[in-house]
Amino acid sequence: MAYSDKVLDHYSNPRNVGSLDKNSTEVGTGLVGAPECGDVMKLQIKVNPATNIIEDAKFKTFGCGSAIASSSLATEWVKGKTVDEALTIRNTDIVKELSLPPVKIHCSVLAEDAIRAAIGDWKKKNGQHSQAQPQAQPVEQRA
Amino acid sequence: MSTNVISGNGNNDVKLPIYMDNHATTRTDPRVVEEMLPYFTEKFGNAASRNHEFGWVAEQAVEQARERIAKLIGATSKEIIFTSGATESNNLAIKGVAEMYKEKGNHIITQAIEHKAVLDTCKRLEKYGFRVTYLPVQKDGRIDLDDLKRAMDDKTILVTIMTANNEIGALQPIREIGALCHERGVLFHTDAVQAIGKVPFNVIQDNVDLASLTAHKLYGPKGVGALYVRRKNPRVQLVAQIDGGGHERGMRSGTLNVPGIVGFGKACALASEGMAEEAVKLAALRDRLKDAIMGQLDEVYINGSVEHRLPGNLNISFAYVEGESLLMGINDIAVSSGSACTSATLEPSYVLKGLGAGDDLAHSSIRFGIGRFNTQAEVDYVAARVIETVKRLRELSPLYEMAKEGIDLTKVQWAAEPTH
Repeated sequence: MAYSDKVLDHYSNPRNVGSLDKNSTEVGTGLVGAPECGDVMKLQIKVNPATNIIEDAKFKTFGCGSAIASSSLATEWVKGKTVDEALTIRNTDIVKELSLPPVKIHCSVLAEDAIRAAIGDWKKKNGQHSQAQPQAQPVEQRA
Repeated sequence: MSTNVISGNGNNDVKLPIYMDNHATTRTDPRVVEEMLPYFTEKFGNAASRNHEFGWVAEQAVEQARERIAKLIGATSKEIIFTSGATESNNLAIKGVAEMYKEKGNHIITQAIEHKAVLDTCKRLEKYGFRVTYLPVQKDGRIDLDDLKRAMDDKTILVTIMTANNEIGALQPIREIGALCHERGVLFHTDAVQAIGKVPFNVIQDNVDLASLTAHKLYGPKGVGALYVRRKNPRVQLVAQIDGGGHERGMRSGTLNVPGIVGFGKACALASEGMAEEAVKLAALRDRLKDAIMGQLDEVYINGSVEHRLPGNLNISFAYVEGESLLMGINDIAVSSGSACTSATLEPSYVLKGLGAGDDLAHSSIRFGIGRFNTQAEVDYVAARVIETVKRLRELSPLYEMAKEGIDLTKVQWAAEPTH
């Protein structure tokens, strides 16, 4: 399959790879997808409590090149936005930016889910009401 | 396709891209091409033309090829029926037997990790009232002979089990399967395309009644195959699936692909001469690749039997790394993956699922198919590129990070339910 130059660029030079301290109250973590499906994304945001601006974002992704590119792009886009602005990012924007073919649209959906899950986690930690995106939880930690 | 030469260690230059997908197809051996060429130009006759020189020359070439192919598998030349390839051979064998012997019984036995040309042919026969048993395979990719024994009943007319699997290279115990079939008076067909010219295969010793073959997997041209049809003990009869001029003793009508058949014959002659030596070389290269990868990376798993395996096959799952992203990272190397993202159906490999490996390991699998034209320098280059890319992608993998933190990934309740 031929990838767009932008997908290849994000795959070869992924932006914002890494992890933030998931226990920090300023950090929201989203973990979406499942290994059996061939896609798992972890996206984290660090939010300034005074301004609600996302000051940092990191990701790690298990998945195809389009999944890696979608999550890499998502971290770029959320940085500098307020959490409410970040919630307006749609998977269709990612599809357009990366010129994803129809079979790869689910990668963009997962990236949008990851943004929502990370913001939901941050809101929960900070006592804010949210329609949190369902996300993966290690069973041990839920008990 | 652009190619360039890069310097490896020392003098071992490799030319990119490297082809290491020899289960998909093989490069036609230049000696094969050379022998085919006159049959496109000066010797272009129709092998069915009985009354002039052009026809006789073509027919003679076809008969020589038939003998060379028969010799490689321990058959006689009258038992070789030419087809367009193994898909047609599988269709002809299974449908032809089903139709011929339907008064005797309507039960066919196959197994879960056959090629689609066998599985889908069996599925079609089910629509026409045949009963098909799909035996499971064990973790090593081989069937359990006791399962086969239990599956046989007095309506069983055909067992069709491949000799070697195209994804994991697992060799089935065909000699034992054939013996069991002959004890019960059941016909035994085997799709032998991956095995021919790679491992010893003899229709008499292996108790085979029908065998599907193709030229392009053993350094011959595409578009030509054959079906071995046993002539005695027992004499196998088939109902032809293509109607026409009654070529190939009525079993397969259609003008013969003379240049292709000549190439197929030459490829078999080369295999008869060099197979034993080549198998040793391929197994050594395969083991070198395996040892390099397994020496440098943790949590890599070999899919399928290590002992009963094609010499050039290596199928490995790299835990926590998705196959398609790995292929993207080694895009100067041609290999295959069992990942859903690389398949047209978006389903992970049914072969790997059939081993009970789990979908996650199917998504992480790469098939290396080492062949006649691969070199040690190429193997070393491939090993280095794979190791470096897996390491890079694991740094990117949340699963690898979680596993390193001691989280049991099988106990995680994932947000997305598998969609299949």
